[in-house]
Amino acid sequence: MNVQVETPEALDIDDGGSLGFRSGVIRILGSWRLAGIAIPFLILFITLSVWSGPFLSKTNLINILDQQSATLAIAAAGTLVLVAGGLDLSVGAIYGLATVVSGEVAEHHAAWIAIAAALLVGLGVGLVNGMIVAFLKINPLIATLAMSFVISGVALRVSSGNLIVLSQNSAFYTFANAQLWSVPSAVWIVLIFVVILSLLLAKTSFGRYVVASGGNAEAARLAGVRVNQIRIITFALSGLAAGLGGVIDTSRLLSAQSTGGGPSLTFTVLAGIVVGGTSIAGGEGSVPRTTIGVLFIALIGNGINLLNINELYQQIVLGIILLLAVSIDVWARKRRR
Amino acid sequence: MSTENFDEAPRSAATSSGGDLVVTGVSKRYGGVPALSDVSLTITPGTVHALVGENGAGKSTLGKIISGVIAPDEGTMTLGGEHLSFKSPREALAHGIVTIVQELAIVPGLTVAENVYLGVEATTVGFVRRRESRRRFRELAKTVGFALSPDRRAGSLSIADQQKVEIMRALARNASIVVMDEPTAALSGNETAALHEIIRSLVRDGKSVVLISHFLSEVLALADVITTLRDGHLIRTVDAKDANEESLIEGMLGHSLLTAFPEKAAADEERAVVLEVEHLKALGVNDCSFVLHESEILGIAGLVGAGRSELARAIFRDSKVFGGIVRLKGGDLNGHSPSRSIHRGLVFIPESRKEMGLLVGRSVKENISLSRLDLVSRLGWISGIRERRKVTELMSAVTVKAASIRMPVSMLSGGNQQKLMFARSVMCSPSVLIADEPTRGVDVGSKRAIYDLLTEMAASGMGVVVISSDLEEVLGLAHRVLVMRHGRIITELSGERMNEQAVLAAAFTESSNEGTG
Repeated sequence: MNVQVETPEALDIDDGGSLGFRSGVIRILGSWRLAGIAIPFLILFITLSVWSGPFLSKTNLINILDQQSATLAIAAAGTLVLVAGGLDLSVGAIYGLATVVSGEVAEHHAAWIAIAAALLVGLGVGLVNGMIVAFLKINPLIATLAMSFVISGVALRVSSGNLIVLSQNSAFYTFANAQLWSVPSAVWIVLIFVVILSLLLAKTSFGRYVVASGGNAEAARLAGVRVNQIRIITFALSGLAAGLGGVIDTSRLLSAQSTGGGPSLTFTVLAGIVVGGTSIAGGEGSVPRTTIGVLFIALIGNGINLLNINELYQQIVLGIILLLAVSIDVWARKRRR
Repeated sequence: MSTENFDEAPRSAATSSGGDLVVTGVSKRYGGVPALSDVSLTITPGTVHALVGENGAGKSTLGKIISGVIAPDEGTMTLGGEHLSFKSPREALAHGIVTIVQELAIVPGLTVAENVYLGVEATTVGFVRRRESRRRFRELAKTVGFALSPDRRAGSLSIADQQKVEIMRALARNASIVVMDEPTAALSGNETAALHEIIRSLVRDGKSVVLISHFLSEVLALADVITTLRDGHLIRTVDAKDANEESLIEGMLGHSLLTAFPEKAAADEERAVVLEVEHLKALGVNDCSFVLHESEILGIAGLVGAGRSELARAIFRDSKVFGGIVRLKGGDLNGHSPSRSIHRGLVFIPESRKEMGLLVGRSVKENISLSRLDLVSRLGWISGIRERRKVTELMSAVTVKAASIRMPVSMLSGGNQQKLMFARSVMCSPSVLIADEPTRGVDVGSKRAIYDLLTEMAASGMGVVVISSDLEEVLGLAHRVLVMRHGRIITELSGERMNEQAVLAAAFTESSNEGTG
């Protein structure tokens, strides 16, 4: 057979034409994921503003953010875990442990010690999670589920099953409740945390490695990415975020209970991430989208409250939205292949 | 013979075995690349019909078409005059045609007996009659002479025993034509002999066996008729009596499509050694030693499964190494991760770029810069401008064609994807590059471009190792060729002795029993 000598021009025209069209499709698909959550969010926001007078008040909006601060922080870090190909079902339990640890410590010690204790506990448990998943090669779903039982047990032991109530006059209270431009510090702290994680995922080599580890672990490893190390760090960040969320809420509410977070927090976080369009299969995701996803779910709850709709509908609506979000992800993946 | 009827077993038509299986003008293409072109042959009952050829000659494709695993694009098959058109292996099975494939298809969680009768269980209104199955199993085991416990979990068996399960499964379906693809590749000497005896007894019973094998001695010992394939074409079908190893190898070689290769730079033994491998042992690698010089292209040839990729991955420290030393530019490469190897200056392009090389859904840019993000970032922060500049520069150097560096690599052609892997490697500026099957699934034009790349990289001082199943490619590019078999480096060829005949002789000829067990 003869080697066919193709003229470069012919090749270029052929490739250029088809590739141009396809890359256009891709650009639309890429921004499409952001639009997929941003547009429904805006529609919901405008609808609620029109329907319910109290919704658009400054108090209500700040209140929503304040209430969601812990969830937002945990979901931001959870996004990294999911993108790296993991899953952390223990965040609710870590949150619970962090609340009782910070509560117990705050009763007797300085505020900063209580805060540091909660963060360290979260980080430590997250590291253990990561190492179990990376070195023992246990499926992250099972590993973190099992760990959540262990952590909840420890939390119950720490608080002896009691509700810890703190006095309002402590420095510990100001940690989450100090006001800056009439926005509580809880919101500011979480805002900074979320921005850092967004940049970490989108702009740094660590972020690239996270994406690579979740997208194709084998290829990432052969390209020189330390996949285990990357995954451990994402779990550690997730634990740290749960610790942060726990201490913020303890400070905000001045009370702590070992059952504070639990599965319901874990699933709210996961729902927020998935509604934000981060793929459960890993290798793709964005922290800003997760933030919109979490707030979208919060708006639904808020709207149902303000409009005096029976609360049971909130769950049904949330379930349907989740299914929709996952179907869209599956559809988008098929288009890619 | 144990041919009692099962209740609703789907092999009632096995009685139609009497006739010849006639294959006429069969062709098959994979994504435009012809795997089989206009092949015709006749398989008569009571014979062993062997298919031989190089890697990728189309033997397995033909075997799969006969057994209904894949459908041909063109051509027809008839069995005893009856027209056949299989949509699935199950339909082939209904005509008494069974296949035993290279990749075993047992269900590890089921017992041996359950595996053997999977899908054709003796049942009463949907419930499996276990005792009945066991009784049948024992009879069958006696006929074939396998000592396998029916109640062991199939997953706990050795590969060889699992293969026996597959063979029994074929027999349990009362097959009249059994297609065996490399049946002895995983068997030890004794087991091979036992399997040969089974093949002979099948033939005595009037069944026919289509034997696909790399082992010419095995083929010559067993076959009645031998068909040689090359590049998807049938070269000839001969009586085994009229064939010998030389004539078979000669038929497998022929003179096929010649791609032009870039001119080789003169080999120079005086150049410094960049890679030294001494007595390396790893999974599938048995005591391998060799050296690689600066600016040298070293080819590694051998059959699929000879341990070539395993050797590469052991050198790259991607797989566990049991013993031996790898020295890169004089320093021990004793790291335990690919990441370490890359930083020391050793880069590996794996054989399947989609599974092991690329982040398919991510952009061209991200895929190229992945290994050396440190070059375009400061304190972990990626500089968008520096990354774009570097990636664009690399893309033009290796001639990757993409509409945008932001498009996902899944939209590139196979050739461009492979060039992208080279761009990533070049960015690492390694002293040694190991490329495993660098032109697999790549069009002719890109092939030439990749050959040029490999030659250029060597010319720039790099040591290059090319592993390929395409013999012409190895011979056309390399200064020296190592031939591997059963995890060992069998021979090193260079200069005059480096030709197809010599490589094939080394890769094929020894008996199938050597080195296993």
